[in-house]
Amino acid sequence: MTMYNVLLFSSLLAAWSQRQVWYILPLIVAISLVYGATRHESMRPILHNATKAGTWIVGFMVVVFGILFLLSWNL
Amino acid sequence: MASPDAQPDSDSVIHVDLRNPRLAALLAWLWPGAGHLYQRRYAKGILFMVCVLSTYFFGLAMGGGHVVYASWKRDDFRWQYICQLGVGAPALPAVAQSHLVNRGNKPLWITGYRDPRTLELIDPARGLNGDELVEGFMAPPPDLPIQVVRQGQRVDPEARTALSLWHDEYAALFELGTLYTVIAGLLNVLAIYDAAAGPVLPAAKSRNGEKDGDDAKGEQSEEEA
Repeated sequence: MTMYNVLLFSSLLAAWSQRQVWYILPLIVAISLVYGATRHESMRPILHNATKAGTWIVGFMVVVFGILFLLSWNL
Repeated sequence: MASPDAQPDSDSVIHVDLRNPRLAALLAWLWPGAGHLYQRRYAKGILFMVCVLSTYFFGLAMGGGHVVYASWKRDDFRWQYICQLGVGAPALPAVAQSHLVNRGNKPLWITGYRDPRTLELIDPARGLNGDELVEGFMAPPPDLPIQVVRQGQRVDPEARTALSLWHDEYAALFELGTLYTVIAGLLNVLAIYDAAAGPVLPAAKSRNGEKDGDDAKGEQSEEEA
């Protein structure tokens, strides 16, 4: 299991207990779609770009979560 | 799907007819997606409309209609409204509400009355005295009287707005609703730019390698599958 998967798994576990975290999902979908739509004109490239942007955002948040999680390990 | 005017040529360059870009930008601001519909870019228009408006109204509902309001007081400078205003017409009622409340009138679309002494919500069916604090949809929080006792304790006299009550009652949903509506406004700024200037990337190139100088025509190369 890679480090990214560990972080993803622990993030999902943490998110499961924090109900408010799930409010980020509709935002990520909307932001990704609008971002993709401002860079392409056809639907398929828009959806492709939105998928990449959404994955990037989730990955970025997971990495930030992992860093904060490690920094607060003994607090 | 590209617009009906978008004609991919052999170099996979899509020509986007922006029609009147300034009018399109104005329409895109007034109602998210309307500028693209005017340009006959129907798919993108519907996409922008659904994404921006659903985000905006979902956030507005989360905060009970109180997360979008215009207030420029020193102790309640609502900078978030500047971002929310990007949504256009759906955020404009806040200006009218602010105008009414600041002139001492009752707001339109009243959402609740509060006892000026305890700050508890009152059921209007049980009768009103006329001195109640009035809260309205997209209206700024009413000023509190200086002497307020709530749950047996005197409220800080410096707290002159009901904003803290909304934070108490809606808890995290108030901040989340504010965040949703702010992001909706900012997303529509991207949509306005797209309506005015076409898609951002990649760089436009015509078939002979020269840039198109027509402002009303955007071009984009798409890697069509």
